[in-house]
Parts: sequence; C-alpha cells; structure tokens
Amino acid sequence: MPFASVTWLKLSKPPDTDAPPMTPPMTPTMTPYLFYTLAGLAIAGSTLVVTRRKPVHAALALLVTLLAIAGLYLMLYAPFVAGVQIALYAVAVTALFLFVIVLMNLLLNQPLKLQPPSHSVLRFAHRDYSRVWPVGLAAGCGLLASFTYALVKSRTLFPDRMVSPSGSNTQQITTLLYGENGRPGQYILSLEIASLLLLVTIIGAAIQVGSSRSVIAPLKKEEPRPSVEDRDERRITNH
Amino acid sequence: MLPITTVHYLVVAAALFGIGVSGVLTRRSPVIVLMSIELILNAVNLNLVAFSRMWGNPQGQVFAIFVTVAAASQAVVAVGVLIVLACGVVARGAARNREPSPNHASLPNGLPNGDAE
Repeated sequence: MPFASVTWLKLSKPPDTDAPPMTPPMTPTMTPYLFYTLAGLAIAGSTLVVTRRKPVHAALALLVTLLAIAGLYLMLYAPFVAGVQIALYAVAVTALFLFVIVLMNLLLNQPLKLQPPSHSVLRFAHRDYSRVWPVGLAAGCGLLASFTYALVKSRTLFPDRMVSPSGSNTQQITTLLYGENGRPGQYILSLEIASLLLLVTIIGAAIQVGSSRSVIAPLKKEEPRPSVEDRDERRITNH
Repeated sequence: MLPITTVHYLVVAAALFGIGVSGVLTRRSPVIVLMSIELILNAVNLNLVAFSRMWGNPQGQVFAIFVTVAAASQAVVAVGVLIVLACGVVARGAARNREPSPNHASLPNGLPNGDAE
C-alpha cells in the first residue's frame, strides 16, 4: 500500500465484518452536539440583542447570532446560503448598524459613554423599553409557545428523513436562478425584480442623504459664527 | 442522542422569531427594532433552508436568498430614514439656538433624544 492512510483505514475496520457497525455509514456523530451549540449561540445572541441597553452591544450580539445561523446553514448542506449570510448579513448589515449607531451619536452630540446605572427596574424599563413592554413580551412569548406547541403536535407531518442533496449546491441554485443550456431559469424574473429592488434602494438611499444635506447646509450658510453646540459638533467630527 | 431532524430547526427558528417579535414590540430604540426585524427574517430563512434540506430541493435556498436581498434593502432604507431624522434633530436644535421663536414647520420631525443613544 503506497499510502499510510489507506493502511490505517484497513486497520481501523472491525475485525468481524459480518457484525453490523455501531452507527450507520456516513452518519456524522458530532452533529447533535454541533447543532445544540450553534442553536444555543443563536438563541442566546438574539436574547442579548433584545435585552441589551446599548445598541453597540446589541449589534455585536447580532453578529454572533448571524454567524451561528450561518453555521446552521452549513449543517443543512446549504453552503451558498451560508456564504451569502456571512458576506451580506454578518459583514454588511452589521457594519451598517454599527455605522449608523456611531453616526447618530455624533449627530445628536451624544458622546459614546457609559450611561449611569439605573437604580430601579422600573426606571430601566421606562427608559429603554416601551411603556407597554410587558404586553409586548407576553405577545412574543405567546407566539413562541403557540409555534412550539404547533410544531410538536404536528411532528408527524414532517418526515424524519432528510434527502441528501445531489450535485453541487451552488450549481443547482445558479441553474434555478439563471438557467442552463440557453434556457432561462425558473426564477429569472424574480432575480430581475430583486436586482431592480436593489437599484431602487441605492437611488433611494442617495436621495435620502441628499435631502438630509439640504436640511443641514442652509443652517451653516446663514450662521457665520457657529454656536457652542456646532463647534463641539465640528470638533467631534474632525476627530 | 436523538438525531437532528427538521423539527429541531423549526423550533430554533420559532424561538428566533418569538425573540424578534418581543424585541420589535418592547424596545424603544429604532436601531434595535431594526435588528429585531433582521432576527425575524433570519428565522424565516432558517425555516426555508430546513425545508429545502428536508425535501432535497434547492428552491428553498433560492427563496432564502431573495429574502436576504429584501432584508438588506430594507435595512439600508431604514438606516437612511434614521440618519435623516437625526439630521432633523440637529437642524432643529441649531434653529432653536439661533432664534428665540423658530418656525420649524419645514423641518422633519426629529427623534426624541432618548431614542438614539
């Protein structure tokens, strides 16, 4: 045998080949542990997103959640969706949220500082949470309970089997989106609509920024001597 | 240990959805409300990919990609709205400093200061 690994495989076989193996072939044994770890990370991260007071902490918890969900996609044999999740959600959207948090802190002239600790639960709730937050929390928990009840009761609806994918995942998705052998794909119209949506989004974002500049610009033109607030703002912006 | 089936993924997605709905309904900060909406959309995506795995059909993943595109567009537009509102707050504060009785009918409504921290 030229390769050592092949020899190792032959040696690691059970001595009596008639006995059935302990696990069915090609079944990874680490899967439940990996699943529970990733699911726990996702749920803990999303809980932190909802409960943290500072939006920066919430954004970082959202990053952890999105990466854990990308890991779940990998476990579901969807590597292309996992890549899109990491590249688009975990990088772009989280960076966008961090950017807008910092920018709004600068615009509203509130430096990034730790807030004084709240002394009572009621003040904490009144400041960062909606006034009717128990109702919202109860609605969310009720929705979650009804979902879980329905899923557990309808467990027989979902077959335990999982069909193993055949062929390359990215190639299958591309065939569905763009087509194959000169024929258009099944979802090519949806793809065009999605790209049109992205184009409209870009134009809309540009128009929004232009309108906000038209709000700011005349104020600075009319006011040659800046007030104390504006000077502070400029100092923060120049940093 | 039990093998992981589709129902496991559905329960995780339902938990994410419930947590996201709680965040949308309870939080006051608009940025965190946006993050909760992202959580809800991710729960939907996880459901779609889990069903795609169950049937061995990649169409669910195609739908998940479309949902991702829509979520990214929504995040960009909502963040732009937030920046415009914050600029409105700044402009209104500057106008209040300049004149004793300003007329800010033409300015957009701003956020209260407690909402954007």
